[in-house]
Amino acid sequence: MVTPTDKVGRNKKDRIDALAASSADDAGVSLAASAWRTLRSSPVFLTGAVIIGLFVLISLFAPWLAPQDPSQPMLIDQVVKARNEIPPPQDGHPLGGDLQGRDFFSRLLVGSQQTLIVGVLATLIGLTGGLTLGTLAGALGGWVDSAVMRIVDVMLSLPSLLLAFSISALFASPNQFTVIVAVAVVQIPVFARLLRGSMLAQRHSDHVLAATALGVKPGAIVFRHMLPNSLGPVIVQSTLVLATAIIDAAALSFLGLGNPDDRIPEWGQMLGDVQNVFDTHPHLAVWPAGCIIVVALGFTLMGETLREALDPKSRR
Amino acid sequence: MAHSRTARRRWTAAIGLTGVAALALSACAQSERGDESGSGKSGGTLTFGAAGAPKLFDPFYATDGETFRVSRQLFEGLVGFKPGTADVEPALATKWDSSSDGKTWTFTLKENVKFHDGTPFNAEAVCANFDRWYNQKGAAQSEAVSQYWLDNFGGFADTPDKPSLFKSCAAKDPKTAVVELTSATSQFPSVLGFTSFSISSPEALKKYDADNVATAGDAFTYPAYAKEHPTGTGPFKFGKFDEANNVVEIVRNDDYHGTKAKLDRVVFKIIPDETARKQALKAGDIDGYDLPNAADWAGLKSDGFDVKVRPPFNVLYLGINQSNNPKLQDLKVRQALEYAINREQLVKSQLPEGATVATQFMPPGVDGYDKSLTAVKFDTEKAKTLLAEAGASDLTLKFYWPTEVTRPYMPSPKDLYGAIAGDLQKAGVKVEAVSKPWNGGYLTDVDGHVPDLFLLGWTGDNGTAHNWVGTFFGRTDNRFSTGKSPWGETLATSLAAANAEPDADKRTKLYEDLNKKLMQEYLPAIAISHSPPAIVFKKEIQGVTPSPLTDERFGTASKG
Amino acid sequence: MLRYTIRRLIQLVGVVLVLSLLLFAWLRALPGGPVSALLGERATPESREALTRQLGLDQPIVVQYFKFLGRALSGDFGTSTGVQPGKPAMDVFLQRFPATIELSFLAIVIAIAIGIPLGYMAAKRRGGWFDNLSVGGSLIGVAVPVFFLAYVLKDTLSSVLGLPTEGRQDEIGATRVTGFFVFDGVITQEWDAVWNSIEHLILPAVALATIPFAVVFRITRAAVLDVLEEDYVRTAESKGLTAPTIRRRHVLRNAMLPVVTTIGLQTGALLAGAVLTEKVFSLPGVGQALAIGFERRDYPVLLLLIIMATVVYVLVNLLVDLSYAFIDPRIRTR
Repeated sequence: MVTPTDKVGRNKKDRIDALAASSADDAGVSLAASAWRTLRSSPVFLTGAVIIGLFVLISLFAPWLAPQDPSQPMLIDQVVKARNEIPPPQDGHPLGGDLQGRDFFSRLLVGSQQTLIVGVLATLIGLTGGLTLGTLAGALGGWVDSAVMRIVDVMLSLPSLLLAFSISALFASPNQFTVIVAVAVVQIPVFARLLRGSMLAQRHSDHVLAATALGVKPGAIVFRHMLPNSLGPVIVQSTLVLATAIIDAAALSFLGLGNPDDRIPEWGQMLGDVQNVFDTHPHLAVWPAGCIIVVALGFTLMGETLREALDPKSRR
Repeated sequence: MAHSRTARRRWTAAIGLTGVAALALSACAQSERGDESGSGKSGGTLTFGAAGAPKLFDPFYATDGETFRVSRQLFEGLVGFKPGTADVEPALATKWDSSSDGKTWTFTLKENVKFHDGTPFNAEAVCANFDRWYNQKGAAQSEAVSQYWLDNFGGFADTPDKPSLFKSCAAKDPKTAVVELTSATSQFPSVLGFTSFSISSPEALKKYDADNVATAGDAFTYPAYAKEHPTGTGPFKFGKFDEANNVVEIVRNDDYHGTKAKLDRVVFKIIPDETARKQALKAGDIDGYDLPNAADWAGLKSDGFDVKVRPPFNVLYLGINQSNNPKLQDLKVRQALEYAINREQLVKSQLPEGATVATQFMPPGVDGYDKSLTAVKFDTEKAKTLLAEAGASDLTLKFYWPTEVTRPYMPSPKDLYGAIAGDLQKAGVKVEAVSKPWNGGYLTDVDGHVPDLFLLGWTGDNGTAHNWVGTFFGRTDNRFSTGKSPWGETLATSLAAANAEPDADKRTKLYEDLNKKLMQEYLPAIAISHSPPAIVFKKEIQGVTPSPLTDERFGTASKG
Repeated sequence: MLRYTIRRLIQLVGVVLVLSLLLFAWLRALPGGPVSALLGERATPESREALTRQLGLDQPIVVQYFKFLGRALSGDFGTSTGVQPGKPAMDVFLQRFPATIELSFLAIVIAIAIGIPLGYMAAKRRGGWFDNLSVGGSLIGVAVPVFFLAYVLKDTLSSVLGLPTEGRQDEIGATRVTGFFVFDGVITQEWDAVWNSIEHLILPAVALATIPFAVVFRITRAAVLDVLEEDYVRTAESKGLTAPTIRRRHVLRNAMLPVVTTIGLQTGALLAGAVLTEKVFSLPGVGQALAIGFERRDYPVLLLLIIMATVVYVLVNLLVDLSYAFIDPRIRTR
């Protein structure tokens, strides 16, 4: 995972904590409003937003947009492995066919759907796991905090993409779901630390102290007051994770740890699966790679500008 | 070294500009050594791209292709295979005779042959080897270690419950060895041509503790003989295994008893990635590699490389396991599956040039191959009718296919699965796809009778039918669960009887009949195809004959 | 300082034990493994069962784990079944580690050599076209899958520049001393061997360098921006110090801290990236061993390499933490 950051932290853990702390002293609503004002006029953010908007639209309507059924080998007669021939572009098939004679253009379009699902589900699972652990640790403190943080530390002591590779290899038969889980699990400790840090910082902040003094129940404090205030950094991290998840999923496919069933296409899988023909049919790799790069860039642009907008310290 | 000197200078200059000192230094170094390393003209080194590291160098314990590839250059057996065929020819034995019951074999040995350590090759050495094989002890008796012995000769001296085909070996005189068997077999003497049964120097075997195989944890450890001191009679001697650089080197045996090797040395460079091997060949880093992807054959040929296509000596089949779904015990259902698959289309689009639709479970050239058999014509309607007649119109089958593997008979399992599954669905069979990593559960499940249908195949070791159908169906608890059908037992017994028939002509006839029955009455699986694997070399490499057994010997090769 | 180091090392031992137990138990529960790898498609149900028993794979996982631990204490972490079949997993690691260190080192050197000056210049011209262009470039660099970039480099640049596409060194009869080919060449004065090894490293290192480059660049830029605004630089400016002096004395020195951090942080990313680039360039390093191990299900090698990756990652980060004390005296007093 690569998450370039303007934050200057001492190491991975501190960096996450620093991001978390940045939200604690904000006065919620006004910050969000000012952040939105900043974002609206930021060309970088808008570029990212447009890319992602298009991506989401295409993936939602892909089945209707695609001219052909992406899982049917309709051009199989034109596939001759012996001469390394694959169907060339032709009527109804603007990009030709893939190695199994399926319409490549339709596969690209429909591939956006699975790609989005991988990204979103991986982020959601990572977020939910991190949210649970982080909230537990941050809200309860004490031995729960220590226990959770030990688990998180063990996970953080393995390089994250390597952890994803390893988790995938641990599944007896890889499929789309194991890919998502592998990519998601490595995000759990990141989110957990993020939330815990933010919660800890708030435990002694004025609004939490005030709520406690007014006799609000601890559960309500956590969910009504502390969580909402931690959302900023979580949103930023989620946006960045969306990009990472898509790229990581491609790497898994490349190592043969991805989903072997390719009837329903996914970009990372399309890219990872064609390694043997990179040199002879480069377009089979370049198209999905291009799509991944553009979408990952879109998420990164949004994430980075969001971070700047939400973190007053980095605003200059 | 491969890259052109001008290109390198250009690059050096570019690096120099960026001011990386270390790199600039080497620009001077380069001029010192001049051009001596530029080409292999004077010596002649063949650099061959291997897909994996050899496990060891003692062929007797070898089970994998990469180990065999190296050790067959160092060793010779009593018999060999005529280059380019699976036909037996003399090697260390110049001729042989068998008694009429097929149990006593007398080998006349070549004279004036010396092992690489200078000790003489004679009948005593031959018997020392047989005795060594037969007297393996402890961990070495494992199927994972002495696999070829166990598969072909059965048990060992101290395993009375597991009888051995081998009885004894006696040195009648220095040039005559007499081998006694416990029963006749079609496998003899061609089995002695397997690289596994090559003759080692008895002296070296003793000196380097060759039989000292042990288990350590969950693996086996091998002695120095297998690791560093393989000593045979072959045209090349063992050089070194530079593991840090992933390179095995063997050098010419100047005392070779036959025509001496032309090459000074052969270097096996381990490049696990297939695309990388291709690029290394194109860049000139290697002189050849094995199993180029069929899709690359045309491109390699047009780039001026010599793509040598081996005669297809394998079979891909769609395995049917009868034990889970009782419907599969019905011949009509199995026939329906055969009609449903468009094998011609599959061979045309998915397999290399020269691949053919299989008409039986062995390729042409195997003793007992029945020429009169033809493949059934693809017919979806007929398949549907047969299914309906069998009351199996709503058949759902668990179809297993392997990931993370390619085999010469199965270049791309995913694509083959896709094509077959598509055809089956068209015939109304519901397919429940299960994919598992080859070494991560696929083979375990296939052996454990979990799937209904599975993709598998076989590459032959020799030209006897027993090596094919005998291996597949010679028992009733095989992968196909033929024991579930009434004919399973019959099939197993008749295969055993055919193998034990000492008369060659009668044996051939028996196998031909069995092949007919297999295809028409039993149909325990569906034979799909035979695909020719290839091996590719640079044009200037000559004298390598592609072998159906992948038994390419580099002793005859030359460069330039 | 010493107590801190010791505590971190004890933590590391704990992490390794927990991780090894988890991995071991899980890997043993997976189907296939050594038995499949050793027998292949020639297996019969009996031979499978016999081998399972012979290798002790039928015993309870706990028993197997303690046996494994016992052997591990004497340096035996099992034997490779797929990467280099028959070779002790530890040897696989030791033999391949130098290649990965060479590769990662060169990648970091490239990333720093380009990232720091670029980051510095971008910060100085904040908001200008140069800044925007390089920030954009660094963002795109992060979005490109490393293995794709590696393939592009291999397929386009290698022939143009005449660089090799696979392996560590050609067969030029170089002397082996330490296993670090470049270093070996230097101490034996075989300069052509040095150059030959470096040639083999350039393209993979460039591909791998994109990961740390983007981070080094952006952190340098941010750090320089921070420092430029800090009081002492303003003071220095007002004292009338010349630009180069300010740069040397204050800005770059203070900006070094985050860069060192990056090296620690990026070790992990580099290890994962090495798996991808070493696979593309068939470079026989630890990364390639992992890639082959995943593909061929070489469980002993996977187990050891994952643990070693963790150890290396934690140790490098510990070293980085310790080195702060020397770079930035303020931390020492904390």
